[in-house]
Amino acid sequence: MNKLFYLIGAIVLLALPSIGVPQYYMHVLITILIWSFTYTSWSIMGRFGLVSLGHGAFMGVGAYTVAMLWNYLSLTPWIGIPLALLFSMAMAILIGYPCFRFRIVGHYFALVTLALSEVIRMLIMALRDYTGGSLGLTPERFGEGTSLYALQFADKETFYFIALVFWAFGIWVWKKIDTSMDRYALDAISEDEDAAASVGINVTRQKLRITVISGVMTAFGGILYGQYLMYINPHTVAGVGVSLQIVFAVVAGGMYVAFGPTVGAIITISLAEFLRVLIGTAMVGLDTTIYGLMLILFIIFLPQGILGAIIEKGSRKKAVRKPATAVGAAPG
Amino acid sequence: MFDIYLLETIVNGILLGGVLALLALGLNLIFGVIDVVWICYAELVMLGMYAIFFLYVKFGIPLILACLAGIAVVAVFGYLVHLLVISPILGTAPINQLLATGGLLFFLQSFTTLLFGVEFRNIGLRLPVLEVFGMYISFARLLAFCTALIGMIVLYLFLARTYIGTAIRAISQDREVMVLMGVNSRKIYLITSAIGGGLAGLAACLLVLQYDIHPAIGLSFGPITFMICVLGGLGNMLGGFIAAFIFSQIIAIGGFYTELEWGYVIAFAVFIVMMFIRPQGILGSRS
Amino acid sequence: MLELQAVNAYYGSFQALFDISLTVEQGEAVAVIGPNGAGKTTLLRVISGLVRTADGTLTMEGKNLRTVPPHAIIKLGVAHVPENRRLFPRMTVEDNLKIGAFTPSARKQFKERLKFVYELFPILAERCAQFAGTLSGGEQQMCAIARALMSNPKMLLMDEPSAGLAPVIVQQVFELVHQIREKGFTVLIVEQNIQQVLKVVDRAYLLEVGSIKASGSASELLGSEEIRKAYIGV
Repeated sequence: MNKLFYLIGAIVLLALPSIGVPQYYMHVLITILIWSFTYTSWSIMGRFGLVSLGHGAFMGVGAYTVAMLWNYLSLTPWIGIPLALLFSMAMAILIGYPCFRFRIVGHYFALVTLALSEVIRMLIMALRDYTGGSLGLTPERFGEGTSLYALQFADKETFYFIALVFWAFGIWVWKKIDTSMDRYALDAISEDEDAAASVGINVTRQKLRITVISGVMTAFGGILYGQYLMYINPHTVAGVGVSLQIVFAVVAGGMYVAFGPTVGAIITISLAEFLRVLIGTAMVGLDTTIYGLMLILFIIFLPQGILGAIIEKGSRKKAVRKPATAVGAAPG
Repeated sequence: MFDIYLLETIVNGILLGGVLALLALGLNLIFGVIDVVWICYAELVMLGMYAIFFLYVKFGIPLILACLAGIAVVAVFGYLVHLLVISPILGTAPINQLLATGGLLFFLQSFTTLLFGVEFRNIGLRLPVLEVFGMYISFARLLAFCTALIGMIVLYLFLARTYIGTAIRAISQDREVMVLMGVNSRKIYLITSAIGGGLAGLAACLLVLQYDIHPAIGLSFGPITFMICVLGGLGNMLGGFIAAFIFSQIIAIGGFYTELEWGYVIAFAVFIVMMFIRPQGILGSRS
Repeated sequence: MLELQAVNAYYGSFQALFDISLTVEQGEAVAVIGPNGAGKTTLLRVISGLVRTADGTLTMEGKNLRTVPPHAIIKLGVAHVPENRRLFPRMTVEDNLKIGAFTPSARKQFKERLKFVYELFPILAERCAQFAGTLSGGEQQMCAIARALMSNPKMLLMDEPSAGLAPVIVQQVFELVHQIREKGFTVLIVEQNIQQVLKVVDRAYLLEVGSIKASGSASELLGSEEIRKAYIGV
């Protein structure tokens, strides 16, 4: 049953460009795919109770590193991207290792990651001579705008396939982790670290590993975003705002299901575009106002997200085992 | 050898520390008692600033009254935050509260943008700059520092001497037992939230004297306030107080030798390093 | 004064108390004795409203306790001295006592109550400005009892007052219980230390695995062969 769904879905998605979808909708689709990938990357950590409010930092580091190396050192993204990913890995370890070694969890961890995203944003601003500060940075176009060397693709159809491939990759990684033995280790850790450690789970290593995976993937999401939009600024790819945006989308869509973050992306981006078409730029901030309100309402009434709720209603027979975090009240 | 400009910077750092300490106090109070972090705390301050602005500039109400009204408005808002947002999810996992207040942050920032637009506003008060021993100190800053100090002393007396204050201290040390004493924890939480809001409102009065108002102003001091609280030990009011001054000195001196933003970057970097050296904060306890 | 009839209590789906019926008359001292895990603490928590019961009657002077919210139980005159004292460690002795008299009626009489308590426990008067967490075990127990007395209760619930204390101190604690009785307070004590507690109470119930297995006067139970063999090891 599932396999059929996937097959049909895959065919539809692959065939989409050929049936002549207008450019605007292609743009929206690509945006959804890229952000879905980023959101999925965050949820790889988030679902195990490692709530980071700092993933904006990874996006920023990814996007800015590639763009700056290209603009100033004419370094092709083929080299720039691995370097950026290396930086993000280093950053993930730098923050992750002390946090996990010293048992910084919950509130503290969230605030430390928040600090991280703000440091990166401040750094971008401080280096304004190179980054352009709040005015942003535009990667220089190479030739006609489409080039394999510069990893720039001006036509939407090509980028659509690229985004699709990486989006699928993100889902694949999510599922791989979901069905791995490590998943149970991480679930155990999120419920009771001490108990997990006492049965021989290397808590620090597990948490560090998932953080690195999540961080590096998010950085790549930032790179995709930068290369597609050909413009980045510290508020759209770094800082607290982005970090919260990521969290909101995942919570809205469903943190514990594979396609949850994607649903979250669809909801948030469609809403933003819909409002923009309907109201124009007259009411700047209406979409985020609604997000904010929705996030609050979701947390209170629907903590498992829309997709999560639908799945739960739909398949009561298959008792979906849900981790203890973020759902329901603690006893006593 | 004696650099008057450096001394001036240090003094200004101390003055800045006063207001930061006030902010940290509010956050720590709420965390220490209710065990929730209001990610949107700085946005409450922003609300207060807008309230004061409109009362004073648009309605011509005397500044002192506008400030008092501002404090009251944010206190009521604090009460409502606990009642409507925190209370329903109090028993659930801590990240829920972080996310809910995160949503509130989004909401407040955007809603303010909708209502008031993105332009910077200023209450247009030109307070003098004093010359003290060859250093230039802004009177507004001095006033803010003194008021913050007074506010903190008042809070201390309230917590130490009054019945409700004692109950607030007690509930942060043992929640469950309070029920046996006949204390309705919900009531105490609501009062604490209102006080936290009131402190934010007071901070708004002080900040509105010195800075422009715009919807995203919360980002300027929100993250810093969190860093200070964590650095001092989350929930520890004395720790937050000390950490505020340490942080403000780093920002001031860092900004003195380089540019302002680098001051912040260094402060954040120091914070992250401190997390490795002493994760529970300067005065925090392992829990 | 206090009456329970056919009370059942659950933690989720786990049943902790089965069909409990007991009474405490005014001026009496009653003990509930039994081994670890029998449900003694649960019993007191049920009376204080911390654990809700599904059925049975639970009344204090005729008033139905089951419909009263937990924080209002103390207003009906039932003061609870919790297991392990549960003082506020970083607050002074006097502040701890202050919280004991939190209810409006108790607050009005705060000065008199404080005087009464300090007369009963002179050591607390000496240590009134000391942090409660720095008191010795025996002094802490004294403080916890004093805190409960601050609300001028009709009945005192005491949860394992001897827990974690050295034998000499335990003696002193039960001396205190005796003193409190002399002052006219009604007491319901839950205890593991059967030998000591039966010396200071009038009646007792034996609670084992959530049900009452025996009851009677203190001397009866002290004299009973079963109890002596099972619990006192004589």
